[in-house]
Amino acid sequence: MMTHREALEVVAAHREDRVVIATMGSVAIWPQLSDTPLDFAYLPSSMGQAIPLGLGLALAKPGLGVVVLNGDGGLLMNLGCLVTLAQHDVPVTVVLIDNGLYEVTGGQPVVGAGRTDFAGLARAAGISRVFAFATAEAWRSGAKDVFAGTGPAFVSLKVAGEVGKPTPTAPRPMAEQIHRLRGAIGVSVT
Amino acid sequence: MVDGPTVVRAIEGAGFTHVVWIPDSHLGTWDGVLRVSPKIMQIRATREGEAVAVAAGLMLGGARPLVVVQCTGFFEAGDAVRNVVHDLGLPLKMIVGVRGWLARQRGKTGDNCPRFAEPLVRAWDIPAVWFDPTTRSPADCELALQMLATGSGSAAILWAE
Repeated sequence: MMTHREALEVVAAHREDRVVIATMGSVAIWPQLSDTPLDFAYLPSSMGQAIPLGLGLALAKPGLGVVVLNGDGGLLMNLGCLVTLAQHDVPVTVVLIDNGLYEVTGGQPVVGAGRTDFAGLARAAGISRVFAFATAEAWRSGAKDVFAGTGPAFVSLKVAGEVGKPTPTAPRPMAEQIHRLRGAIGVSVT
Repeated sequence: MVDGPTVVRAIEGAGFTHVVWIPDSHLGTWDGVLRVSPKIMQIRATREGEAVAVAAGLMLGGARPLVVVQCTGFFEAGDAVRNVVHDLGLPLKMIVGVRGWLARQRGKTGDNCPRFAEPLVRAWDIPAVWFDPTTRSPADCELALQMLATGSGSAAILWAE
């Protein structure tokens, strides 16, 4: 088991010039590790939508690497997105924070907490590059392989659940985030 | 009468770059033409809300997607629509197939989709126009798609099925 912050510190060390889409509990931590125009705090978000949003972004900008920091509760709301993602040869890396909790709503357990094999689900959906790490040490050692390959990747991280944390807020308004992100990836919208 | 090839030509002509969709028995007749379109990439999703999110990512990246779904899926995709249109402020463009509309005009269905489709699209503050492919011309179709594409905000065509 690792802390949520430890899990994201490894992402920060390996993300290079990829866009990082943070959702839910990760929004409270990620801006402390990185706050560039390539960082997109997807909050408020419709739960389960971050992975397809990342897929769309990668399809619109071929070659653009995208990392999605997704919670287990959000993924459970849209498991089909793993099947959709698997159909496309895009550099989208899903980092699943498996803490077994709806953390931002007070720490209620997600359905199947501790029993669902998310890596197995990703593999069965057709994603070929699937990883799972239960400790910070293992994640630090394995991250290089996760980020070195091509095509979609899925990494499931066993993260210690934390309750009582305040509801996260995005570091800046959505319109400003979109403007910054588009500027950073060379998109002009007329 | 407007058929699948006509619709796809109109989508191409309007400048859409991607069609993100889930076919139904009516919209699905466009599939073969969409597959071979040199101008449009079709992306199949597993749920309608997911299709809306893929479209959002495409728009963030500068593409011009069109979401094509049946109204039944639109009903369930409400939160994704709310998020993309009103939180992200992205100009979502949709064709929403209204199941049972044509049969209802002939008094031959008890399907309640026609009753709820337009009010629910408008409930999300999305301007919508109707299009009946059995009575409209190819030129009408081209114009409808052009207007959908060139409007500045979110908009939908309610497609009579």
